Amino acid sequence: MATNLKTLVQNEDLLTGGHRACAGCTGANILRQIMLTAGPNTVMGGATGCMEVITTIYPYTAWKTSFIHTAFENVAATISGAETAYRSLKKHGDLAPEADKVERMNFIAFGGDGGTYDIGLQSLSGAMERGHNMLYVCYDNGAYMNTGIQRSSATPFGAHTSTAPAGTVKQGKEQDRKDLTKILVAHKIPYVAQTTPFHWKDMATKVEKALACDGPAFLNILMPCTVGWGFPMELGMQVAKEAVENNFWPLFEVENGVYTINKKPKETKPIADWMKGQARFRHCFKPGNEGLLEHAQAWVDQQWAELLKLEEMTNA
Amino acid sequence: MNLKRAQELPEAGIIPEAGNAAEFKTGDWRTYVPQFVEENCIHCMFCWVYCPDSAIEVDTSGEKPQMKGIHLDHCKGCGICATECPPAKKGKAALVMVREEK
Amino acid sequence: MTKTANQELVALSGNEAVAFAYKQARPHVASAFPITPQTEMMHKFAEFVANGQSTAEMILVESEHSAMSAAVGSAAAGARTITATSSAGFALMWEMVYVAASLRLPIQMAMVNRALSGNINIHCDHSDSMGGRDAGWIHHFCENAQEAYDTSLINFRIGEHMDVRLPAMVNYDGFIISHKEDALYMLDDDAAFDFVGPYKHKYTLLDPANPVTVGPLDLTDYYFEHKWSQMESYSRVFDVAETVFDEFAQLTGRRHDMWEEYKMDDAEMVMVILGSSAGTAKDVVDQYREKGVKVGLLKLRMFRPFPAEQLIPVLSGRKSVAVLDRSASFGGWGGPVFNEIRSALYGVNNPSPMHNWIYGLGGRDFELHHAAEVIDAMQKIAAGGDVPTLNLLGCRA
Repeated sequence: MATNLKTLVQNEDLLTGGHRACAGCTGANILRQIMLTAGPNTVMGGATGCMEVITTIYPYTAWKTSFIHTAFENVAATISGAETAYRSLKKHGDLAPEADKVERMNFIAFGGDGGTYDIGLQSLSGAMERGHNMLYVCYDNGAYMNTGIQRSSATPFGAHTSTAPAGTVKQGKEQDRKDLTKILVAHKIPYVAQTTPFHWKDMATKVEKALACDGPAFLNILMPCTVGWGFPMELGMQVAKEAVENNFWPLFEVENGVYTINKKPKETKPIADWMKGQARFRHCFKPGNEGLLEHAQAWVDQQWAELLKLEEMTNA
Repeated sequence: MNLKRAQELPEAGIIPEAGNAAEFKTGDWRTYVPQFVEENCIHCMFCWVYCPDSAIEVDTSGEKPQMKGIHLDHCKGCGICATECPPAKKGKAALVMVREEK
Repeated sequence: MTKTANQELVALSGNEAVAFAYKQARPHVASAFPITPQTEMMHKFAEFVANGQSTAEMILVESEHSAMSAAVGSAAAGARTITATSSAGFALMWEMVYVAASLRLPIQMAMVNRALSGNINIHCDHSDSMGGRDAGWIHHFCENAQEAYDTSLINFRIGEHMDVRLPAMVNYDGFIISHKEDALYMLDDDAAFDFVGPYKHKYTLLDPANPVTVGPLDLTDYYFEHKWSQMESYSRVFDVAETVFDEFAQLTGRRHDMWEEYKMDDAEMVMVILGSSAGTAKDVVDQYREKGVKVGLLKLRMFRPFPAEQLIPVLSGRKSVAVLDRSASFGGWGGPVFNEIRSALYGVNNPSPMHNWIYGLGGRDFELHHAAEVIDAMQKIAAGGDVPTLNLLGCRA
């Protein structure tokens, strides 16, 4: 397990440059980081969405390992099929020799919050419940970005999206975010965690733990999106860093039901500071919209308090 | 780009040439380009880990990995590397974004 | 006459017969979600797995869309993969049915024909299979449990052939064939597997030495060429099927072609029909033949790819051809089989008058007198009388 960059850098970059992600896309970086830890014995599946599109525009593929995409809502099901085939072929002695030699074949499925929280929730739940030895990675950028920044159930309260815009009568998203990570914890799978691409060491550790565990694992990774959130393209990693410092995106793990919060900010930053740097929240700072900021802060505080209680309760 | 005929394509629409996106140049997307100031570089590898486009060239042949420069065919000039460069916070950036002259 | 293989005469339902065939083919993976009237097929298969008679890995998915998705993932990983569905289940996986064919994955599916909703109806018609006729699968229709068993095995050989590599479905009528206890001859396990043969993949996700990207994004510059390749593979099915039919006939003594001709040599009138209703219709053909009426029956088995060129000489030059469809194409001019046949016969030197009867929707029984009604109409047409081109059969309207 590479937990320092000098070791990690020795690993082969299995996502090449030359993909079509936007300049400053933290999503492409997430995939790169995952592959640096996962290694070449990996079958990667992608749901329709930004990451799938930018990495595989025919006749080019940025993937140096095997990759499959079939549709939007089913990457968990697709990869569960590949994982089952692997077990069956191995059992029957029908694996190609190169594959048979491999000690650990990784099966990873990724989807955006669109393909995971919403349209993909069913097939994700099914795959996790069946206990396949696979990792599901959600890159959560809080909207259906690839199709034009439409609202998803992961979009934060008050955020402007193209289908729930901020206008004169409506002020962006009217619901709080869905807590998908907790839904996955409720599946009682061996490993669930949250991380961000800024926290490369945390990410590498968690990817390795997720792949090493026997059974399904889920990683929810915050993916700041320069275009969809409206911040300068060079700040993607800083936006991720701050999201942890203000408890919007706590770094934590749940191993066999036991919670561990990996980072507890000594001084929690106000969420409004973070929102101020993103155009999708610009309307929240108009006079009269103070309620939106209060709501956002209250939600983050409540979520954090709940998380602390869960850590206490499950470690008792 | 030469478009292949149907008969020349692998069946099922698959791409058997793994990683051939490396041949696709995205460097012309840039407005700004990172300039590598080698004397300030502490070879911490932050730029390498944070780059979305695998565009940081690192030499791993020696005892310690050495940041060598930018792979200009792929660098989109996003500036994440320059933002995350630790020496930059002390005013001695090893990567500085400058407007690229074409 | 070469000696055929040892076969046991057994009493099984269509679902059970297909389950046996699938067991004998030794799939690596079975991925399915239950839906009436397919359910008992997977129950039987699951029983085989539970008792160690099949070592397939089952994926008990949470929906039909996931059933086909997992099947695609499995086949793309180089495993022999089977699934099964009906009606709304097929409709739910519709998106993935197209993907399976475009990825040239020879997945095998038991399609237990049932009407599409609405209203919801669990009984037999062909609207499910016909609804997916453009997806690029091989569609075979069966008259009885024997054909369902035989065709299940045959489909592996055609679909998995390296020149073809297309997914295939064996269609058999819901409840009528699937649930009815029938008598059929079954090969023993080894003979059946020898016929099907071990699985060979064309590409696989599971070769670290040769990683492959499956299902990339096509822009306007390549999609059309990829579709050409699919069309080409389809055109190779006929020749491959012929050799497989030959081999199967040698093995079992039963010859299944793309269609069966029943008393057609000197037939002036021909009824074209698919599925179990052919059995009923044959009885009525016999009755009319006894009276000296020159009527015959063409039981179409291979609907996709559609053997247009091959059918032209057989259906030309008749005094009447009645095409019976067990599904409607709403807003279209006649049912799907009628349209394909009429289109194939357009402009031939010796055309036959063609008429359509849509029958049996939602499990409406196809009775002897229905077949008689059609033959009577054909006699009228043959005598120069006027009969509407499009008709419904057995509907109280």
